[in-house]
Amino acid sequence: MDGDARVFEDRSPGVEHQESSANFLSYTVGLGLAILATIASFIVSQTDLLWPPGVAVGLVVLAFAQIGVHLVFFLHLGSGPDNTNNILALAFGLLVVFLVIAGSCWIIANLNDNMMPMPAH
Amino acid sequence: MTITTIEAIPTELAYGRGGGPAPTRTVVAYGFWIFILSDIVMFSALFAAYAVLSGNTAGGPSGRELFNLRSLFIETMCLLLSSYTAGLGMLSAERREVVRFLFFAALTLMLGAAFLFIEVSEFAGMVNRGAGPSRSAFLSSFFSLVGMHGAHVTAGLVWLVYMVAQVLAKGLRAVVLRRLVCFSLFWHALDIVWIGVMTLVYLMGAR
Repeated sequence: MDGDARVFEDRSPGVEHQESSANFLSYTVGLGLAILATIASFIVSQTDLLWPPGVAVGLVVLAFAQIGVHLVFFLHLGSGPDNTNNILALAFGLLVVFLVIAGSCWIIANLNDNMMPMPAH
Repeated sequence: MTITTIEAIPTELAYGRGGGPAPTRTVVAYGFWIFILSDIVMFSALFAAYAVLSGNTAGGPSGRELFNLRSLFIETMCLLLSSYTAGLGMLSAERREVVRFLFFAALTLMLGAAFLFIEVSEFAGMVNRGAGPSRSAFLSSFFSLVGMHGAHVTAGLVWLVYMVAQVLAKGLRAVVLRRLVCFSLFWHALDIVWIGVMTLVYLMGAR
């Protein structure tokens, strides 16, 4: 048995070698899309291209789009069977993140509303 | 006693649906992915604190007066490009191209260091203007959130130097490759957190 092969390839028995889905093209496409989303965010925030009260929503949508681009093109989260566990963990993480951020904002806004007026210092 | 070998494995067994352990690399990456998600949950607490406190400037400067969008754009591009070069470095490592890997690792290091340099000089400028973390609740939460991200980037750079040393000392063997997979997951995740910081803190704060 040749030692080099043992050192350089440790796969579990019964698993064929799978080529990584990552390649140069996918990283480059991801970079292009991410740069586009970043530039769009700057433009939206600095100009009146969007209806002003809607700018915050526009920025959040662009941020989620860019996060999606990063997840797919850089972190290679796809819909393949080998990714089911990763996606499930991500979904749970997003649930916790949503609960923490939205819950905090909701609770504190409610507290602020019910605060007794304080005399100015 | 005879030793038998199995020549071919049925495909339903080979791809994990029939049973058998997943490849070590898949298991390691999954474990590290869980860590990254818990790290992001930790960041979400800081994001929540910032979202709640961002209006409480206590008469001090607000984001509109403090943030410089030009340096923010350069910072963002540095981090984004470093994510790209880290990905290309990972590709080269998988193809066992050591020189190429070292080239992309050096690029990643330089871009990450440039990001940190811009961030630290921004912090120093703010503290010099009397807008340090103790000035207002807004600034406390700003420095906690952005500083925590910066601390992660610093840790990532130290880790990358360590990985380069490992590649030089041990070569691109399987165990080193698995650590590189974890590093690139970490580095890409930092970029994702930065999208949130850029949008929530800077772009919304500068309006």
